[in-house]
Amino acid sequence: MEIAVSTRNISKTYPGNVEALRDLSLEFPRGQLTSLLGPSGCGKTTLLKIISGLLEPTSGEVEVNGKPVTGPGPDRAFVFQDFALLPWADVLRNVAFGLELRGVPVSEREDIAQQHIKNVGLDGFEKSFPHELSGGMRQRVGLARALAVESEVLLMDEPFSAVDEQTRRKFQEDLLGLVERENKTFIFVTHSIEEAVYVSDQIAILLPRPSRVHEILRPENLRTKGVSDIRRDPEYLDTVDRIWASLRSYVE
Amino acid sequence: MHAKIMSRSLNLKLLSAIVVFGIWEIAGRIPISYGFPTFFESMVALFSMLIDGTLLQAYMDTLRPLVVGILISAFLGIALGLWIGLSNWFDWLVSPIFIIMQAAPLAALIPLLVMVYGIGLTSKVFVVCIMAMPVIVLNTAGAVRNTPINLKEMAASFLGTDKDIILRVIIPSASPIIFSGLRLGTSAGFIGAILAELKITPTGVGDIITFSRSIADYPSMYAAIFSIILLAVCFLNLLEIIERTLFRGNVRGYVSD
Ligand SMILES: Nc1ncnc2c1ncn2[C@@H]1O[C@H](COP(=O)(O)OP(=O)(O)OP(=O)(O)O)[C@@H](O)[C@H]1O
Ligand SMILES: [Mg+2]
Repeated sequence: MEIAVSTRNISKTYPGNVEALRDLSLEFPRGQLTSLLGPSGCGKTTLLKIISGLLEPTSGEVEVNGKPVTGPGPDRAFVFQDFALLPWADVLRNVAFGLELRGVPVSEREDIAQQHIKNVGLDGFEKSFPHELSGGMRQRVGLARALAVESEVLLMDEPFSAVDEQTRRKFQEDLLGLVERENKTFIFVTHSIEEAVYVSDQIAILLPRPSRVHEILRPENLRTKGVSDIRRDPEYLDTVDRIWASLRSYVE
Repeated sequence: MHAKIMSRSLNLKLLSAIVVFGIWEIAGRIPISYGFPTFFESMVALFSMLIDGTLLQAYMDTLRPLVVGILISAFLGIALGLWIGLSNWFDWLVSPIFIIMQAAPLAALIPLLVMVYGIGLTSKVFVVCIMAMPVIVLNTAGAVRNTPINLKEMAASFLGTDKDIILRVIIPSASPIIFSGLRLGTSAGFIGAILAELKITPTGVGDIITFSRSIADYPSMYAAIFSIILLAVCFLNLLEIIERTLFRGNVRGYVSD
């Protein structure tokens, strides 16, 4: 199992002495999907931003493909929790924005963007502006933008939180297909235990702030099951129960 | 849909103009003061000044410091505002100047300007700039500083350079407030241009105002004042059109997330 991204002894203290992460170490195998699961405010977004190079850790290192991270790079793409769409740009330009910043010529990047707009089901909304879209549609624009740049590592911060349940299930299936087809590494933040178990090769449970990894779970045989059988599999149900057992102590 | 909104706002503008002129006409007829002509008398004076060329001649003089001053204020003001908004030390160094400039009583500064730059064009341009520039600079700087952090982070994560982030995120995001600064600055610049003509040397439109008041030709005086307001309104509308063509997204509303 080759490691694509590794974080070692990461600590992050925000100004004002907010200690978000303490001594967190975690490895992300190539071609697999790792979920980060943990209570709100435990530092999941912080960890993604550190991996992306947007934030510097107070101490500790991040390596992508064996090379230390010093800033954002073409090997990583981010799906933001708050979508971060340009309000003055239409859907097409928003989706193509990552390619625009990489200097891809207009016609080429619009072709690519068009394809990804279709994949997330926003066909026909190319010329709409973000304020004309629903929350779930905006979220899909952010998703398409990250997929359009074809990075090896995808940092997804609650990418399905605002879409409806049907779309969410479809996206989860699509995501499984993507993980299988492409040798990409997915780092996936979610609040849903079921979602984490459904899509993940590896699930990291984080503790409340200051966060460390509490437990790593690796559902072994779910990948071989068909997408529609997973939710009925005993291993799926057991894993969901185990995670709930470990997290419930923090809500009680 | 767009054209409809625009024509509605045009109708509203016309309607409010008619109301104002109507009140003016009535106030002139009462009359509220011996020195207050009716709207109609003022328009007659305006047309006679237009026909005999006095007005055109006057605007040649007035527009020079006005246009030069507003152009300088706009370009220099936006550039300085960007720099102030982007750099903390430049903000610390330069912002106070504009805050003082905005608060300073202009009438007290004019004798000082005349002493240094004489009574020519330079002093008048200065007056226009002092009036117009601070709001342009401070608006621009504030808008730049308040660019949503998540958009800057997004652009950085997709490998935007500093230049990309300034041109493709900060400026478009700040543009509505920059333009509102330009509008306020331009209006102030018009006031500055007339003030300069009243306080430094009477030329152009300022001369018409001073002269017609001294011979009690009130219709001409109000006609001159009216013409400058009309010009300012046209200019502001032009700015709005420029904004609409440059930043199409601006008129489309914003979302907070
Ligand atoms: N820029 C910042 N300055 C100061 N404190 C911050 C900043 N960003 C985050 N924090 C703090 O760090 C902690 C972790 O925040 P983070 O956004 O990483 O949480 P999260 O796990 O993503 O939460 P959620 O699931 O609600 O999105 C929080 O307690 C938050 O208050
Ligand atoms: Mg978060």
